[in-house]
Amino acid sequence: MIECKTKIKLEGFTLDAQFSIPDKGITVVFGASGSGKTTLLRAIAGLEKSDKGYLKVGDSVWQKGNHFVPTHKRQIGYVFQGAALFDHLDVRDNLGYAIKRTNGLSKDFIGSIYTLLDIKALLNRTTSQLSGGEKQRVAIARALLANPKILLLDEPLSALDLKRKNEILPYLDTLHNQLDIPILYVTHSQDETSRLADHIMLIEGGKIIGNGPVNDMLTRFDMPMSHSSDAISIIDARVMNREPEFNLMHLEFSGGQFIVPDNGLSIESLVRIRVAARDVSLTKKKQIDTSILNIFPAVVEEIVPEGKAQVMVRLSLNGVVLLACLTTKSASMLDLESGLSVFVQVKSVAILS
Amino acid sequence: MLNELDISAIIVTIKLALLSTAILILIGTPLAWWLSQTKFKFKVVFEAIIALPLILPPTVLGFYLLVTLGSNGPIGKLLESLGGSSIAFTFSGLVVGSVIYSLPFVVQPLQNSFSSIGRQSMEVAATLGASKLDRFFTVAVPLARSGFITAAVLGFAHTVGEFGVVLMIGGNIPGETGVLSIAIYDHVEAMEYGQAHLLAGGLLITSFLMLIFVYIFNRHFSIMRSRG
Repeated sequence: MIECKTKIKLEGFTLDAQFSIPDKGITVVFGASGSGKTTLLRAIAGLEKSDKGYLKVGDSVWQKGNHFVPTHKRQIGYVFQGAALFDHLDVRDNLGYAIKRTNGLSKDFIGSIYTLLDIKALLNRTTSQLSGGEKQRVAIARALLANPKILLLDEPLSALDLKRKNEILPYLDTLHNQLDIPILYVTHSQDETSRLADHIMLIEGGKIIGNGPVNDMLTRFDMPMSHSSDAISIIDARVMNREPEFNLMHLEFSGGQFIVPDNGLSIESLVRIRVAARDVSLTKKKQIDTSILNIFPAVVEEIVPEGKAQVMVRLSLNGVVLLACLTTKSASMLDLESGLSVFVQVKSVAILS
Repeated sequence: MLNELDISAIIVTIKLALLSTAILILIGTPLAWWLSQTKFKFKVVFEAIIALPLILPPTVLGFYLLVTLGSNGPIGKLLESLGGSSIAFTFSGLVVGSVIYSLPFVVQPLQNSFSSIGRQSMEVAATLGASKLDRFFTVAVPLARSGFITAAVLGFAHTVGEFGVVLMIGGNIPGETGVLSIAIYDHVEAMEYGQAHLLAGGLLITSFLMLIFVYIFNRHFSIMRSRG
């Protein structure tokens, strides 16, 4: 577990956060700009000091009351917004800066980091010869060479255009799958969150308003993300088989099977599916004469009004939670209420990995 | 041609300028770093004190130095009570005067360079395990390269060119405190314009070349950086 209690007063802003999050996987710190995301990350790194606080990462206590471990003695990897490579050093020496100051790094470990982020071809370049995406890769590699107990990423994609983002995202997926250390990922992008998060921590006005597993946080009605016009649900599934005749593949989850265009993923690989609430419709009887392939039985859990003309419905597909955004009129025509059995029709999905 | 006195003046001047510059960098670097980082409320007071020699007539500074360093002054008395002697009219006195007089020319370029590094590079170094001193020498100093060159050249050139302070506290003793600027003045007083031309012209050309060097270096450096 990572346990933290911190209170930091800056000019015109106070961060007052208390939370504990799992010490594996990616926890996305999600919030609007100015909500205190970066300050929270800086507090964990020891770059901001709280008067009396508590911070424990794994079995290391970095702050307890007035006992405060300074940044350079914390085993952290910090990737700053916009990479922040040293311009007076080339790529090799930027990485060397971390290697020299980390005890007990083996050649194999260094090699594995270089491989993980495809660094070898960049080693002899100066920082000015790198693209934005390459800079981020070097910055992430440099942070990992500090052999950290936690990796802190401050909006690593925000300075990049869409093309560069798509260049970096596969590397982040790899980090996600291969690293044993927890990653704290600051962003205000719903796309990055839905793709990468195992866990979401919501921050607003310097306060943590909730934290939990990704799909819980996206679909809980007491959390703001379920009430936005682009509310989504995340479903983790597994590639089961292909239908070569129509170029489709079947993705299995506990509520049924999604049928989606084949994107070449191998059988048995895990995939993450994103479903927008407005792409989900409900029927009382299973439709037969329809072009929609993805139809699942579900039970209505809860309905809340969303604005004047719409309602948000939370459904359970054999335990997997899905949101549907309907008009109030449709909901009343169907006599929707909690506990009702219905059929869910999903118009389109996005495959995230 | 140059006479013996001229040559000894050149040697004293170069010795003085080199030693003063070295001391100035040693004192000026921590001072400039502190000024660039501190949020101390009365920082401006320190900045004003350091900048004073820029606007004060050198004779005023020289006069007060003479009063404090002389055998009746507080520091002179202190030195004598410790078994030493007053450093007024000695080479050491000259060094002290030069250091104070040239301090702003060293501190200001260094402070500007340190300020322009920004906080982030130092924070990055800290997250990579570098202690305060470590990151100062491995990040702040290399990034402030151009500031160091400018500071050293300005400190050196300004020490070579000083006249008022040197006259007041040095007393123009040949081989000890007789420096170039005073030698030129003496030649002019004695109507030896040829000799004066030789020394003055030499100084002019040297100063010009040093400044050219600073500008070329800083331009090269800023181009290197802007590519980054």
